[in-house]
Amino acid sequence: MGDQQFEALKGVSFDVTAGEFVAIMGASGSGKSTCMNILGCLDLPSSGSYLLDGLDVGGMTTNQLADIRNKKLGFVFQGFNLLARTPAIENVELPLVYAGLNAKERRQQAIVAMEQVGLAGKENNHPSQLSGGQQQRVAIARALVNNPSVILADEPTGNLDSSTTEEIMGLFTALNRQGITIIMVTHEHDVAAYAGRQITFKDGRIISDSKINQTD
Amino acid sequence: MDFLQTLKIALRALRTNKMRSFLTMLGIIIGIAAVIAMMAVGTGASYVISQQIASIGSNIILVIPGSTTSGGLRTGSGGAQTLSSDDVKAIMAECPSVAYAAGTVRTSGQVVYGNMNWSSIIMGGTPELFEIREWPVVSGRPINQDDENGAIKVCLLGQTVAENLFGSADPVGNIIRIKKIPFTVIGVLERKGQSPQGTDQDDAVFVPLRTAQRNLVRSQRTGIVGAVIVKAKNEELINKAESEIQSLLNQRHRITGGKEPDYSTRNLSEILAVAEKSAKAMSLLLGAVASISLIVGGIGIMNIMLVSVTERTREIGIRMAIGAKKNDILLQFMTEAVLLTMLGGLIGIALGAGGATVVSRLLEWPTMISFQSIAIAFIFSGAVGIFFGFYPAKKAAGLNPIDALRYE
Repeated sequence: MGDQQFEALKGVSFDVTAGEFVAIMGASGSGKSTCMNILGCLDLPSSGSYLLDGLDVGGMTTNQLADIRNKKLGFVFQGFNLLARTPAIENVELPLVYAGLNAKERRQQAIVAMEQVGLAGKENNHPSQLSGGQQQRVAIARALVNNPSVILADEPTGNLDSSTTEEIMGLFTALNRQGITIIMVTHEHDVAAYAGRQITFKDGRIISDSKINQTD
Repeated sequence: MDFLQTLKIALRALRTNKMRSFLTMLGIIIGIAAVIAMMAVGTGASYVISQQIASIGSNIILVIPGSTTSGGLRTGSGGAQTLSSDDVKAIMAECPSVAYAAGTVRTSGQVVYGNMNWSSIIMGGTPELFEIREWPVVSGRPINQDDENGAIKVCLLGQTVAENLFGSADPVGNIIRIKKIPFTVIGVLERKGQSPQGTDQDDAVFVPLRTAQRNLVRSQRTGIVGAVIVKAKNEELINKAESEIQSLLNQRHRITGGKEPDYSTRNLSEILAVAEKSAKAMSLLLGAVASISLIVGGIGIMNIMLVSVTERTREIGIRMAIGAKKNDILLQFMTEAVLLTMLGGLIGIALGAGGATVVSRLLEWPTMISFQSIAIAFIFSGAVGIFFGFYPAKKAAGLNPIDALRYE
């Protein structure tokens, strides 16, 4: 960015094991977004390393990173980030398009993912015809469709009201119980409470990393 | 990512902004339509000229007498009676580059058959005339050397004359009166159409030269011809044949030093070849001017694609986060640009072809749309898309996914 280098993350080191549900917390500027970008293979660390499924992401080309994002990661964003004027089912199919699957396989897998998030029957609705909660479910289906190792959720409930937040968090919890690893950035404690582990960032460092017992 | 899917995405993007897509295409539509129409008009013109070249016969040189002065009045060129049948024979015998030479005389008069009559051109010519003009008979027989030698009163009718005197009946074998003198119709000539000067070449009656000299034209001496039509052996020999004829006639007519020749030669094919060349150059020039609008249209495409990339930064970010590679994004935007220009090209081709047809109907100007010009226009419109779509697509593909996702 500028002339001076700025260290967004300093000495951060943690492991996430398969099947965990991790909430990353912290105020803005704490480094949690940078961490998320690295975890999401959207950015590479300038030093240090990130191993995903035992694979060092550090030396990869942008095309290889795109492949990793496509096959091992699923993204859920705060603003849903669905393609407008595109039916829900085609939004869900999108990762499979870039994975090179044919139309028939895409449709089959997308229908399964839509069912997983409870949106069977809404396949042909456009995002504008769906509620915020439903849109986020479509986004979650899109993240799920490629059977990724990890789902990365960046403030997934930031744009939702409290009852819809509960609904979405319930869905995440259910998916986690099925064995899907979820890493979620949030700054709301009650949302973070759904996760089995909370990592808190401050000024580029981890200040706490606590496993909590599920209480529901 | 398969091509069909890329095409589908591009089509959806274009459908989203129908009006904008159409306006963007308009530049290409107009450009291609103009190129197609101009090429059609130009090709039509040069086709007509080459048809006319074929209709007067190829490799032809015309020798006509010079002017003469009588009582202080000068006639125009062709007015003097300085060329004779002997000159024609000499040209045939002594000019090695000449294939045929035919003496002709020309007059006009009333042609009568039964109660029908028609005013027409009467041409006297030796049998070689029809070889030179490449003008066969469609019924009956041509004028032969016996007709010529015997100055027999036979005639060939042009299509226009035949129709006006005989309607649909066959004129062959009937007797008509030319300037009140009876002639037997021995044949009807093939239809020739318009001459380069726009006169109807089929409105003529042909008789043997000697018959015409004796019966139909008045001259001071016998054996005078009005003009000599010469055919060179081939295209390369036209100029050589022309200079051979000039030196022979200068010798025969005793034209030396600064004396002005009493005849002149005209190389008809050359004049028409020049006309054809200028018609082709004209159509190329018009095409070039029209293709400027294609470049302008291409810039319009580039502009709109840049706007589109900016507008869809977030979409690009989503696609990249989900696994689209740089090439996928590049291909997507390139496909969109090429689709725009090719659709524009197709519409332009249809409009241009339609426009050319309308022009040819309304102005009676011949137009020809070649498959070649359509293929070139189509490929060119695609090339415009590739050329002007590349920069915006490259820009899209070069976006950083993190920045693109954050773009508002």
